[in-house]
Amino acid sequence: MNAPGIPAGRFIGKRMPRKEDPRLLTGRGQFVDDIALPGMLHCAFARTPIARGKIVSIDTSAAREVPGVHMIYTAEDFADQTVRMRGFFVEQEVPVRTPPLCEGRIAHVGEPFAMVVADTRHIAEDACSLIELEYEEEDPVITMAQARTGAPVHPSMADNMAGMTGVDEIGAELQAKLDKSAFVIEEHVVHQRVAQSPMETRGIVATRDGPEEFTLYITCQSPHLVARWVTLTLDIPDMSIKVIAKDVGGSFGLKNNPWREETAVMIAALKFGRPLKWIEDRYEYFIGANQAREQEMTLKLGFDTEGHMTCGHGDYDNNNGAFPHGPGDNLAVHLFMWPAYKMPDYGFVTRGCYTNTPGQAAYRGPWQMESLIREAALDRAARRLNIEPYEIRRRNLITAADQPATTGMGIMVDDITPHECMEMLLEKFDVAAFRKEQAAARKEGRYLGLGIATYIEPTAVSGIMSSMTGEFAQVRIDPTGRVTASLSTHSQGHGTATTMAQVIADRIGVRYEDVTVFEGDNSTGAFGPGAAGSRQGVIAGGAAFTASDMLVEKVKAIAAHMLNANAESITIDDGVIHVAGAPEMSMPLRELAEVAHGHPARLPEGMVSGLEAQYRYQGLPMVMTSAAHLCVVEVSAETGFVEIKRWMSAEDCGTVINPAVVEGQIAGGLAQGIGCVLLEEIAFDARGNPTAATYKDYLLPTISDVPEFEFHHRNTPSKSTGGMRGVGEGGAIIGPPTLCNAIIDALTPFGELAIDLPFSPTKLLGFIEGRDLSGGH
Amino acid sequence: MSDHDIAMTINGRRHSGTVESRISLSDFLRGDAGYTGVHVGCEHGVCGACTVMVDGRAVRSCLMLAVQADGADVVTVEGLAAPDGTLHPVQQAFRDEHALQCGFCTPGFVMTLAALTQGGARPSEEELVGALSGNLCRCTGYQGIKRACRRLSGSNMADAGEHA
Ligand code: FES
Ligand code: FES
Repeated sequence: MNAPGIPAGRFIGKRMPRKEDPRLLTGRGQFVDDIALPGMLHCAFARTPIARGKIVSIDTSAAREVPGVHMIYTAEDFADQTVRMRGFFVEQEVPVRTPPLCEGRIAHVGEPFAMVVADTRHIAEDACSLIELEYEEEDPVITMAQARTGAPVHPSMADNMAGMTGVDEIGAELQAKLDKSAFVIEEHVVHQRVAQSPMETRGIVATRDGPEEFTLYITCQSPHLVARWVTLTLDIPDMSIKVIAKDVGGSFGLKNNPWREETAVMIAALKFGRPLKWIEDRYEYFIGANQAREQEMTLKLGFDTEGHMTCGHGDYDNNNGAFPHGPGDNLAVHLFMWPAYKMPDYGFVTRGCYTNTPGQAAYRGPWQMESLIREAALDRAARRLNIEPYEIRRRNLITAADQPATTGMGIMVDDITPHECMEMLLEKFDVAAFRKEQAAARKEGRYLGLGIATYIEPTAVSGIMSSMTGEFAQVRIDPTGRVTASLSTHSQGHGTATTMAQVIADRIGVRYEDVTVFEGDNSTGAFGPGAAGSRQGVIAGGAAFTASDMLVEKVKAIAAHMLNANAESITIDDGVIHVAGAPEMSMPLRELAEVAHGHPARLPEGMVSGLEAQYRYQGLPMVMTSAAHLCVVEVSAETGFVEIKRWMSAEDCGTVINPAVVEGQIAGGLAQGIGCVLLEEIAFDARGNPTAATYKDYLLPTISDVPEFEFHHRNTPSKSTGGMRGVGEGGAIIGPPTLCNAIIDALTPFGELAIDLPFSPTKLLGFIEGRDLSGGH
Repeated sequence: MSDHDIAMTINGRRHSGTVESRISLSDFLRGDAGYTGVHVGCEHGVCGACTVMVDGRAVRSCLMLAVQADGADVVTVEGLAAPDGTLHPVQQAFRDEHALQCGFCTPGFVMTLAALTQGGARPSEEELVGALSGNLCRCTGYQGIKRACRRLSGSNMADAGEHA
């Protein structure tokens, strides 16, 4: 139905004002901390001060004396509750026992080991500070290098290997090809650990409403997924579970699934029988919440004399921390390394390890390392050949003429446009003129650099990985003529209530103002995994298209019957039903809706009353989004500071439902990418203590760190219903290689800068001056 | 912990309460007075989400004690729009320019700009952007926020309407 090439309608393709904004702008959003229930008590956690060791004893006696304290829980109080912890891929339990409260083995600083329930959060925190923990400390395993040889973080395991794919050694055949190549580029990237850092921290309000009903308000990425997760994790199939998350203050992968603290609150709420609230504070967030990245990779690429790739090998290590949401999640990094490029032969190995640090969670663009290292290596090859970065990509990218093509990893592409996106930028940016400017600036001691990167991203994955499935839309015309819809979508800022309303208003033919989309509650819509993998606009958009079209069919059938006209001659425009050639017969949709709901005798024979339609769109296995970005920087040789002077994006995300929403997603991702390259870092000292625990130490990009982006859209409709392609993560994937390439280009007069993030002013200045300025860290 | 009786005007209405001396203004406004539009993103004075106006000045309510606001005139994001629901010019600029996604940081940005544009003041774009250097937004990449600043600035006379 309506496959590719849906033309822009009255609302699709327009920068419609968002439905979410009036409440959010006036302070009437509903975030989890805004929930207050009668009789609600507050929770706080006591956390471990060491990275590794054994709990000898926990003394809660002084804490229990604090007036206003109701209960203190430690792991043994939860012993009778089943906990089968799982991540976003909810069908499987995680391989490492992950208890809500530390059970005796301390595996990182900041682990919750006791939970206080009190009248107020302040009292709960007071009591936490009086809990005495006696422990035996052991030497922690903090880095990936230590993990290789160190004693197992989890004593039940033989070593610290959390997962591995591929083979350690480069195969003889591949090695021979590398040896025969005209030249080989070896790129090594060190990517620091970062924090997803949604502005709203984690939090939950849990209330057991009698013996059979459990209600959760939780900041999350999908209330439907949370409900499923809770049923399975706590093994409570007989309870009715309601999950409400009307507004969520960002997530970016962190809130894919509940984790230890939320689970502890749920169990306590089930046991204690009063509503319980826990809102993570920012300090707890930095020391206790799951984090992201911390990867190292080496990529070897063979080239012929013309700069065509001949073969490659990638060796990738990932620090999973102690309790990752999914220890195998990052193993797929190699899968998406080459679908946009002509790569004849590629071998790889991926390793994930456990360490005494907070566990990893997903983060926007979880496999962005593939783009970062590939694009950096291509630029180094271009410099080696003394050709422009765009030239090496022209020689290696899969173009429209090459498609359909199947990459070495078996991924078929037939409508990707990274090459075309790049050419689009080159029409608008004069590289030759820039090189002249760059050369002149260097003579004045000013270092300008140009960065280009191209990529494709598999979005809207459906039906080939557990949890990642179709999306659902139910669209209704109420007796008043207003249109309401319940979807499986969930927004943490994505604006799905807006984009889905645009689709529905367009397809039905009503005013945008007359459409309301309900989401954010598992009692509306149906199962959907929520915002993960850049999927909602694509798949739910397709569901909204088809459900609306189905509903229009019913309206037409009723109208034809009521007006004694031909169904084909009927149109709906602005909420009014028209019959072609008979303007006098026009009637408001409301009139028809009243009949459909209240006067079944006036409906065509055999038609059921009511005016609603629902559809689950399974979607395609995946939909590819393409992009090319270009940026210009100036690096100060005096201070090491990077100034981003220009940033251009050409993105092909198919049908754009709302350009402001699409550009917002790209911009937000780019800002996070800029943070990764220049500012953000979660680091630990040798004992595993975090060295950043506030926003004073963990630097998020501010308004002055992010330039204004120039957006260019290519709109190649995908084969998915409606023609959309996913756009949620792209900016975070392509931002880092674009910016790194520009910085490396700027500093070529000083040599080849290796990627070791973040590129802090100290590090860059050290490179420029050829000495280590880091003060011995 | 000593308790104090305090009273203040919040969004034009009198509000009194009894608080411990350690209670922050943000906790008082959210918990006691029910103005949950005051968002708490860090409690360290860094993110700016908790910004409100106290006696006409933008203040981080997580860094001020409720007792310090005794007798003060406080405006939160709930108090900006006209009684008939018409958005304040800063709110309208944010809506028109798609300056928010999740909306968690938004009250802080809006209150900072509302304080600077009081009484029809139209600072330059640079001043407005500069004033926001202490407000963090993780979603938007600040693009719409910069456009909103441009719209609200003195350099944009096309839009020089009444500012509250
Ligand atoms: S909560 Fe007050 S500045 Fe962050
Ligand atoms: S809109 Fe989400 S943090 Fe600013």
